[in-house]
Amino acid sequence: MSSSTGRATNDTFLGMPAVPPRSPYGTGHLRGERTFPRAAHDELGNEQLRRNLGKATHSIRAKRLAVTGELPDWEQLRDTGSAIKTDTMNRLPELLEELERKVTERGGTVHWARDGVEANEIVTRLVRDTGSDEILKVKSMATQEIGLNEHLESQGIAALETDLAELIVQLADDRPSHILVPAIHRNRDEIREIFLRHIPGVDPALDADPARLAAAARAFLREKFMTTKVAVSGANFGIAETGTLAVVESEGNGRMCLTLPETLITVMGIEKVLPRFQDLEVFLQLLPRSSTGERMNPYTSLWTGVTPGDGPQEFHLVLLDNGRTAALADRIGRAALNCIRCSACLNVCPVYERTGGHAYGSTYPGPIGAVLTPQLAGMHGAKGDPNSSLPYASSLCGACFDACPVKIDIPSLLVELRHQHTEQAGTTAEKLAMKAAATVMKQTGLFTTAQKAAGLGRVLAGRDGTLSRLPPPLSGWSDSRDTPAPPQQTFRSWFASAEGAAAMRAAADEGARHTDDPQEAS
Amino acid sequence: MRIALFATCLGDTLFPEAVKSTAVLLARLGHDVVFPPQQTCCGQMHINTGYQREPVPLVRNFAEQFGDPAIEAVVVPSGSCAGSVRHQHEIVAERYGDAALRAGVATVKTKTYELSEFLVDVLGRTDVGAYFPHRVTYHPTCHSLRMLRVGEKPLRLLRAVEGIDLVELPEADACCGFGGTFAVKNAETSTAMLRDKMAHVTGTGAAVCTAGDSSCLMHIAGGLSRIRAGTRTLHLAQILASTRTVPHVLTEAAR
Ligand code: SF4
Repeated sequence: MSSSTGRATNDTFLGMPAVPPRSPYGTGHLRGERTFPRAAHDELGNEQLRRNLGKATHSIRAKRLAVTGELPDWEQLRDTGSAIKTDTMNRLPELLEELERKVTERGGTVHWARDGVEANEIVTRLVRDTGSDEILKVKSMATQEIGLNEHLESQGIAALETDLAELIVQLADDRPSHILVPAIHRNRDEIREIFLRHIPGVDPALDADPARLAAAARAFLREKFMTTKVAVSGANFGIAETGTLAVVESEGNGRMCLTLPETLITVMGIEKVLPRFQDLEVFLQLLPRSSTGERMNPYTSLWTGVTPGDGPQEFHLVLLDNGRTAALADRIGRAALNCIRCSACLNVCPVYERTGGHAYGSTYPGPIGAVLTPQLAGMHGAKGDPNSSLPYASSLCGACFDACPVKIDIPSLLVELRHQHTEQAGTTAEKLAMKAAATVMKQTGLFTTAQKAAGLGRVLAGRDGTLSRLPPPLSGWSDSRDTPAPPQQTFRSWFASAEGAAAMRAAADEGARHTDDPQEAS
Repeated sequence: MRIALFATCLGDTLFPEAVKSTAVLLARLGHDVVFPPQQTCCGQMHINTGYQREPVPLVRNFAEQFGDPAIEAVVVPSGSCAGSVRHQHEIVAERYGDAALRAGVATVKTKTYELSEFLVDVLGRTDVGAYFPHRVTYHPTCHSLRMLRVGEKPLRLLRAVEGIDLVELPEADACCGFGGTFAVKNAETSTAMLRDKMAHVTGTGAAVCTAGDSSCLMHIAGGLSRIRAGTRTLHLAQILASTRTVPHVLTEAAR
């Protein structure tokens, strides 16, 4: 074990009965400042954002459906992907040790980070050891999750994002709004503004043509590629069998960072390991089709340890826990670790489409973010933690489940997390109301009395028979919807009445008259 | 066939016409329709809001009311309640129930059907002899679509209705934004979703938007009524129960 922090593997709590650590409160980017409904309120008011998001998600959805539809074995691929990931999670400790062994054999160094704080410290020390005070970044969710850029900056090390969209976000001092398309909430005019303001020496006549915007960024980045000695990346996959790391991307900037610098540091969430090299075959089909709607992503970079005279001569792999073993320890919640961060669930989510990623307050937005974020960082329900509002940021429509390439049942996980939240939250007004409702509904006598009481709503209704203002907590509902006043008669009293009996008899008679009709059997 | 009707708490109280239509339709098709009188609510609202202890008595009551072996099928005019019985009751029973509850839940689960599933899969009918001479658009509610996978069944039933002018709803499979307590807890996001759904509905020029769930229809109708759209909502059962002899007469406003 070459752990730079001197810890043994089993300190990561894999399979241990002790409560595994979550991402520490107040570190990294796994928690917003406001609850989802409050943050969504602001985002919903931004018409431009809604238009940008609607356009982007609709076009990527259509592309995805086209390229998944053309594969005859798409469903089998999804099943296979799901099976491989489930198997991986079931024997994660063993696979991680195998990965460590292989990486070490091939000349790399493996570090274990219990949480984001440790990972940030490890990376900072490794960068310092090179003598450099600037690094290039390959787009990475893990480093965003732990707030690596901000930490490095506080330590006097400048980190430059090289993914175009990530660069836009960084230059604008904004936060990413999507897993895959971090600047999805920006349009090209906004991007032009950002470049004019923040890229040194950019042509002041720059227009909003996408090709020209990309060229401006390329010129800026190219110089950095040639001069920077350290790069930090994430990893889409880490192969236990061979010690190979993989990054898939569209622009080639990642490949520049992975090959040109002298030192490469990769921060990888421990759930990204895959057992065999051959497993890539499945995921390299699932991932690009699900995420960008392409048959294949333009660049796939694979590297194994170090190769003398070729590429970075020093390679470090930081294996990040940060709440993952806590998720793994939960029988139901561990399914969320199967996620390959393709973002298909974001693109089909009607809630994400309206609110954008910022409303979720986390590096991981959208349906999977609503599941993963509370699992990694906890919900602390009683303390009014914004994360405890995330499991409710869904109408449970299930579009995410249908889209997910590894078939994660996100709606069921959300319902499960809601349950965990209500159990943690103790006695609340809502819980009392739910208890009361159940008490009424479990006894028919009480239920019918309540139905009669509801009938009083007719008194309050307007002439059109609707209620247009309801008291809190229903006032949000009645802001935009009328509610029908309960009708005179419930179904059960109609069914028990002479009128109901007559209607049922008449229907039966009518049916009997038509029994000679040719019936179609379908 | 002896069919027990599960009216659902919402259907029984707020939308009795949809349940009446279901009862009448099944009787017309020659079946013996019963209403176990102790029935109340399936507990879906509790479970979806994160409460699993509280609805245990509801789940138990459901299993008891409909467990009678003389009942051959339980028909529900609600995709989401049928979905809750089929997919959520066992979660509650597993966690907080006893062996008897688990067994009861497993039994009822296999004979509980949403209306369109029952008509097409069990009775083998797509033409139920309905007559409804109006322009109609169909919204496939999320739980019918993705939890129960009813697929084209409601559309096949609608296509067979005499006189109907069935028009396709653009982006039909997008959620209307109801989601039970979601519409209360995240009212503004829900409203943003509803607005798009309403635009698609009114854009079809349909007189009626139909679906297999009174809850989603309540949400859509509530929005349409607020903007005075003039398009009304009707439960699928009400269209299927409308005949030449006893036609459903459209009343003037959406509500
Ligand atoms: S949950 Fe599924 S669809 Fe969503 S990002 Fe992860 S793998 Fe993709």
